[in-house]
Amino acid sequence: MRRMTSFNVVSLTVGFAFLYIPMLILVIYSFNASKLVTVWGGFSTKWYGELMQNEAFLDAAWVTIKVGLISSTIATILGTMAAFVLVRSGRFFGRTLFSGMIYAPLVMPEVITGLSLLLLFISIGLPRGVTTIVLAHATFSMCYVSVVVSSRMASFDRSLEEAAYDLGCTGWDAFKSVTLPIIAPAVISGWLLAFTLSLDDLVIASFTAGPASTTLPIKIFSSVRLGVSPEINALSTIIIAIVTFGVITASITSKRAIVKQQREEQMADA
Amino acid sequence: MPSDHASGFAPWEDADATPLISFDGVTKQFGSFTAIDNIDLQIYPKEFFALLGPSGCGKTTLMRMLGGFEDVTEGTITIDGQNMAGIPANKRAVNMMFQSYALFPHLSVADNIAFGLKRSDMPKSEIQGRVDEMLRLVQLQKFARRKPHQISGGQRQRVALARALAKAPKLLLLDEPLGALDKKLRQETQFELMDIQEKTGTTFVIVTHDQEEAMTVASRIAVMDNGLLKQVDTPDRVYESPNSVYVADFIGDVNIITGTASEVLENTQLIWAEGATPITGMTGSRVVQGEPASFVIRPEKVSISKDEPQAANKVQGKVIDIAYLGNMSTYHVALANGVIVKSQTANNRRIARRDITWEDPVWLSWTDTAGLVLRD
Repeated sequence: MRRMTSFNVVSLTVGFAFLYIPMLILVIYSFNASKLVTVWGGFSTKWYGELMQNEAFLDAAWVTIKVGLISSTIATILGTMAAFVLVRSGRFFGRTLFSGMIYAPLVMPEVITGLSLLLLFISIGLPRGVTTIVLAHATFSMCYVSVVVSSRMASFDRSLEEAAYDLGCTGWDAFKSVTLPIIAPAVISGWLLAFTLSLDDLVIASFTAGPASTTLPIKIFSSVRLGVSPEINALSTIIIAIVTFGVITASITSKRAIVKQQREEQMADA
Repeated sequence: MPSDHASGFAPWEDADATPLISFDGVTKQFGSFTAIDNIDLQIYPKEFFALLGPSGCGKTTLMRMLGGFEDVTEGTITIDGQNMAGIPANKRAVNMMFQSYALFPHLSVADNIAFGLKRSDMPKSEIQGRVDEMLRLVQLQKFARRKPHQISGGQRQRVALARALAKAPKLLLLDEPLGALDKKLRQETQFELMDIQEKTGTTFVIVTHDQEEAMTVASRIAVMDNGLLKQVDTPDRVYESPNSVYVADFIGDVNIITGTASEVLENTQLIWAEGATPITGMTGSRVVQGEPASFVIRPEKVSISKDEPQAANKVQGKVIDIAYLGNMSTYHVALANGVIVKSQTANNRRIARRDITWEDPVWLSWTDTAGLVLRD
């Protein structure tokens, strides 16, 4: 292994510092006893306690999770179907247009997506609330799912499905017992991506949310406008902790899976 | 291993035999491209039938039509007396072994084999027994719980075979079944395939571009080119009595001398070079007196000697190349008019005294019945 030069060490340190110092400061100040965010008043966990009492935040968190779960599930189903059609149906009239239209929302500014959805909901008279946020999130995250799933579908060996038909499967049975289990990793990561996007979204949600249904990002953003409270720091720290835990678990699991597979392949060749 | 036809298995010669598969005027078009061109073909029960040809000749399409993966543009395919038009792959008593094996990666070896059985009307209690039986047939009992990526290529091939045979189909289709194996394993597996075919009594139709493989395993071979059946015959007939220069050239090594046919009787005289004695071969199909024709002869039927031999046909030439293959040597001899004729001799003795070497003037000779005269 090559030794790190001092230049590498410095650039690595600076790079990571740039990325993580802001978060570190936020985490530290979440344990600040003082009410003033910028003045250190000793260690305390009282803001976490207060956060648990704050109904508005808890409600917003619940709405966010609910919206995330439902919208990502809808997005996964629709996105997988779209990917299936794009990869499978070969060339058909308007295919380029269709695939372009699937991917357009990826590059569309969120403000425009949000605004157009708002106008749509108003014109059809749909009252804004959880339903409208769910619909909006499902709409834009479906494209991401479709991208992830279609890249997996493209490398899928069609003869696997033909083998399933050959052995007596109907179309749906072949999809359920052969295609889906094989593309499952892509479908799951598509779902996770959609879920993350939904949790993360502020712009589209603020266009489509109603007064009674505020998501966590909207709630945080609006309370920060009134001044950063230590409660927000505590909430952010919890979110960082959850994300960190998720990322570490995922990387350990996939690392283990790779090691296991390599071992099994060696065993097979022996 | 005795081949089937040597032991009297030749239903294609029996006028009363009922074919299992019958193609009647079958044509398949993809857009304006004709993949299969008006084919008539009968395949009989328990045959090991090979479809042989270069890539793009239509052999895979023909097989996929049997499996129900392609529909017929014109004509009818009958399997076991039933017209197959409109019957999808999952409703046919036909199973296929795919070139890529197409094993389900998320299922164990045993579950792969049981996959088709679970979708048949076999009672649940009997499935396990059938799976065990198939595992025994392909000698993979120890690997039942492994996943496809946990076994070797040869084992995967056997799982694919067991899975395709599990439902006891009337007809098994094999698409280049041994293509992914190395040469040694391929040869072993060829005999295993023949053995299993004989044990199960299933009709096998195999697609291959490897003529040696087709010759080894098949009871009959169909040589295809450009969507047409050029010849359908037993391996020895395809090799010894090809009906066209194409078939002669495609199967094995062959010398081709072009000329003009004269005196077409049981044997044909071929005028091949001005001033030279005409050469004689058996009259093949469609040879017309005075028309261009080709004399074809296998290299192993051409004798080579330094002294002038007593033979019906003899020509003089010069050795320009010797290919030593271990068990045999091939001499490339250039005749006076530039035509190159190959002669192959077995190296019967271990260290043979090589009395023929490069640049030597030699005589090539053969009997009147060793070669064939065919129309181009």
